[in-house]
Amino acid sequence: MPSRPATVSMPETGAQEQPGGGGGNSPAPVTCRQLFLGFSSVGISGFGGVLPFARRMLVEERCWLTAEEFNSLLGLCQFLPGPNVANLSIAVGSRYQGIRGAVAAVTGLFGGPLLIVLLLGLLYDRYGQLPQAQGLLRGVAAVGCGLLFGTAWRMALALKLKRLFLPFTLAVFVAVAVLRWPMPVVMVGLLSLSGGVAYAYLRRKAAP
Amino acid sequence: MMLLADLFFQFALLFCVAFGGASALLPEMHRVVVLEKHWLDDATFTHLYAIAQAAPGPNGLVVSLIGWEVAGVPGALAASLGMILPTGIMIYVLMRHWHRFAGARWQQSVQLGVAPLAVGLIFAAAFLIGQSAGLGWGGTILAALTAVALLKTKWHPLWLIGLGALAGLLGWV
Repeated sequence: MPSRPATVSMPETGAQEQPGGGGGNSPAPVTCRQLFLGFSSVGISGFGGVLPFARRMLVEERCWLTAEEFNSLLGLCQFLPGPNVANLSIAVGSRYQGIRGAVAAVTGLFGGPLLIVLLLGLLYDRYGQLPQAQGLLRGVAAVGCGLLFGTAWRMALALKLKRLFLPFTLAVFVAVAVLRWPMPVVMVGLLSLSGGVAYAYLRRKAAP
Repeated sequence: MMLLADLFFQFALLFCVAFGGASALLPEMHRVVVLEKHWLDDATFTHLYAIAQAAPGPNGLVVSLIGWEVAGVPGALAASLGMILPTGIMIYVLMRHWHRFAGARWQQSVQLGVAPLAVGLIFAAAFLIGQSAGLGWGGTILAALTAVALLKTKWHPLWLIGLGALAGLLGWV
C-alpha cells in the first residue's frame, strides 16, 4: 500500500481519536442519508478514477475517517479483488450503519453516474451509427488506450524488485493479451508463483 | 431471465479475480463478452469503453453499460450487482478482522506478488483496446501522445479525452 502523508487535521468530533486504524470504537454517528449524499458527490465528480475524490470527502471534508483509518481500509480494499472504490464505500457505509449503510453508500456512489452513462448509452443507440459519432468514439478510445498504457507504465516504474517481478508482468501480458487465456486461470496460476517468490524473499529478508 | 442470470454470474466471476481494479479487467471482459458469449462485437465494445471513459464515475461503470447494451436496464442492474455483490460481501465480513491479518507475511506476499500481475493486465488492456478499436496511424500516434502527456505533464485526463473526441470528429483517427 502506498503510504500517504498523514498531514490531515484531526476531526473535530473525536478529539482523542486514537491512531491505529480500522478499530471500531463508536465513531460519531453518520446517517444513511449522509452516506448516500457523501458518496453521490464522490461518484459524479470523478473522471477516470474517483479515488482521490473519495479520500478528500472522507478524510478532509467530512472527517468520517482519519488519514490512518483511510489508509488501513484502502489497504484492505486493494488487497481484495473487486472494484476498489465500491468496496471502500461498502466498508465505510457498513462501519456506520451496518448493511443499510453499505447499501446507501454504494447506491450513492453509482446512482448518479449510472443515470448519466445510461443516458449516453441511449444517445449511442440512436446516433451511434453516424460517421461523426463513430469518429468521435474512436478518438476517445485512442486516448483511453494511451491513458491505460501511461498508467501501466507508471505502475511498472513504481514496482519494487523489478528484476524479480517484471517477468511476471510479461507473463501475464502474453497469457492474457496474446494467447487470450481465461484470466481466472492465469491469475490463480501466476499469483501462486509470484506470491511464492514474494514469500521466499520476505522470509529471507526477515532472517538474521 | 437466463440472460440476466448469465450476466450476473459472468461479472461476479470476473470481479472475483479483479486485482488492480476495473481497468485491469478489460481484457477478460472483452474475452468473455465478445469472443466467448458474442454479446457484443469489437466495435461496440470499444465504443462502450469510450463512453464510460468520457463520463464521470467509477471505472467499473463500463460494466453497467455493457449490461445495458446486452439486456436493457435489467441487464445494467444484473451486471452491476454481479460486479459489486461478491466482493462487497467479502469486504463486509472481513473488515472486522483486517487488523488481525494486515501485515502478516502471507498477506504481504500476496500484496507484493499481485502488483506485477496488475501491471501486466493494464498493459494488456491498453493493447486490446487499441486492437479492437482498429486504430490506424492517426489513432496510434494519438494514443502514444496521450501516454506521453499523461506521464510528462500535469494536464487533467479530461482535456486529453476532449482533444481525442475532437480529433476523432475531424476524422483524423
